Amino acid sequence: MAIITIKDLQKTYNSSQVPVHALNGVDLTIDEGEFTAIVGPSGSGKTTLLNIIGGLDDPNDGQVIINDTEINHLSRAEKIDFRLHHIGFIFQAYNLIPVLTARENIEFILELHGIPKSKRRLRSNELLEAVGIPEKADIRPRQLSGGQQQRIAVARALASSPRFILADEPTANLDSASADNLLTIMEELNKKEKTTFIFSTHDARVVKKARRVVTLEDGKIKSDSKK
Amino acid sequence: MLLKIAWRNIWRSPVRSWIIIAALTAGMFAGIFSSTFMNGWMKQRLRDGVETETGHLQIFRNNYQNSRKLSLLLPPGEITKVSAHPMVQSATERIIVQGMAASAETARGIRILGVEPEMEKNVLNLHEKVREGSWFDSPYSKEAVIGEKLARQLKIDVRSRIILRFQDLDGTLTGGAFRVAGIFRTSNTAFDGTHVLVRRSDLAELTSIPSGKSHAIVVKLQNAEDAMHVAPQFEETLEDADAVPWKELSPELGYITELSNTYMYIFVVIILMALAFGIVNTMLMAVLERTREIGMLMSVGMARSRIFIMIVLETVMLCTTGGLLGIGAGLFTVWRLSSTGIDLSIWATGLTEMGFDPIVYPEWDAVLVLNIAGMVILSGILASLYPAWKALKLNPSEAVRVI
Ligand SMILES: Nc1ncnc2c1ncn2[C@@H]1O[C@H](COP(=O)(O)OP(=O)(O)O)[C@@H](O)[C@H]1O
Ligand SMILES: [Mg+2]
Repeated sequence: MAIITIKDLQKTYNSSQVPVHALNGVDLTIDEGEFTAIVGPSGSGKTTLLNIIGGLDDPNDGQVIINDTEINHLSRAEKIDFRLHHIGFIFQAYNLIPVLTARENIEFILELHGIPKSKRRLRSNELLEAVGIPEKADIRPRQLSGGQQQRIAVARALASSPRFILADEPTANLDSASADNLLTIMEELNKKEKTTFIFSTHDARVVKKARRVVTLEDGKIKSDSKK
Repeated sequence: MLLKIAWRNIWRSPVRSWIIIAALTAGMFAGIFSSTFMNGWMKQRLRDGVETETGHLQIFRNNYQNSRKLSLLLPPGEITKVSAHPMVQSATERIIVQGMAASAETARGIRILGVEPEMEKNVLNLHEKVREGSWFDSPYSKEAVIGEKLARQLKIDVRSRIILRFQDLDGTLTGGAFRVAGIFRTSNTAFDGTHVLVRRSDLAELTSIPSGKSHAIVVKLQNAEDAMHVAPQFEETLEDADAVPWKELSPELGYITELSNTYMYIFVVIILMALAFGIVNTMLMAVLERTREIGMLMSVGMARSRIFIMIVLETVMLCTTGGLLGIGAGLFTVWRLSSTGIDLSIWATGLTEMGFDPIVYPEWDAVLVLNIAGMVILSGILASLYPAWKALKLNPSEAVRVI
């Protein structure tokens, strides 16, 4: 069943002298439970696509429908609330709140949901376990390695069990072992928690782990293959 | 958790935060210190004024106060009625005349108070301010007790003779020679330069004021604060009498407290306004540095209102820390100094001239301190609004984009 339907998405940036057509008519449907990689060279429009799906940015034309909701028609406040309840975000870097410990970063999202303390603790324990670093619970991001930080970011994104997770080049700053490790964890969580994952990458080894690969080039879908 | 985040955020740039905290501490310390200092000083002046000069209230014949006519006398026996009032602790009668005091050298315009020396002691404490000689010793000679400043001006000493000239009840010029029994010094030099006290009976005789009559009854109440509402009661029970509470007897004393409070608030507001610019600047920097982080927070679903509150909390906590440290340091200093006092004798000549004691005992006032604390928090909130609003305007997609 489709949870994201994208129709003829257009995005042009006018901030520089020459308008940049970052997306030129993207049509895409994402089904529940997918583990999909968006690949393409730098500048092909991956970040733009993910940001528009998550409502961080608005398209010039076209639609993004998530479970009957057209996200770009929501107000700014509604978008934030929508993200809180339905979407998990993972960025390339700077994912975590530096003044909070690993555990507090996870529980912060749960607190935004108004989940009581005891339940927050149960869920954060479960997720710290799932990403394999329960011993780092009380450590702040600065003292974690890049790979560990991204694992906490994955745990945080999953905390409130969103419908899907958007990850923009989550492994770009990681060495290959950590990248591999992170992908394995994401894959397990995709199966265990039945959370849909959409991640962009231009790393061939990461691409191999995906069950569906959508290739972007110059803001258009060039190929779309499922394993 | 918002509180936790805000508090920890403050310590991300400890040096920057400490600078703001130190500035606030210094500012609030100055505010508290100067205000308690002023407060103590003014209260002291007030007490002195009431206890040695005016009493809690004075009763005159109608119109006496503005005309000062010798003939406007209170009838005999009024003092018994006044003393009978339950709130009155003690009272004494006075005859008051304007005149001249002359020594062999020179002369000065003065006010002569004809007092009952023993009664006077129960109402005012001027007798305790006698530095040389004594407070009327021999009832067999005409004696005067004069201020130190006047003694200096007339170049006379204890036991010297002083000539007092004034008009009697019929307007005829009269006078007499008095022996200086004592010389007093209050904290109000102006008072000391213009007052001569003699026995009421001596003055009554010279002015031919019938015995028992007086110009003023000086009253000491159980409680100074009652003066305002006891006064009208006397006006009702006594015929043709004005009862004037201390605040009106010496209006400048009444203004003094208000003035010192106003001064303090202006002072604190100026300090806080100056600091507010520093705070706004610091918080803008903090927001700017965290553009990406704030974008991330919006991306993961933190509502704008919470982000706004976070920045406000951060600012308020920063200000409160500095404010509390400053208020604490100020109160501690005040507490240490409240018994020893601060000796201003180096500048004291000028100060006593204005009626101030050279040693000041700072006194703090809870309402004042609470108001200052409130003002610190309020300025924290005001200073945070612009930076917090700036944070809200961030566009999450721009903020999180890796360049
Ligand atoms: N804010 C922006 N203003 C102008 N051009 C932009 C902006 N963001 C992205 N672009 C341009 O849009 C195109 C797509 O960018 P992006 O979505 O970041 O690609 P990718 O993530 O695949 O590297 C690029 O040519 C980029 O330079
Ligand atoms: Mg990108």
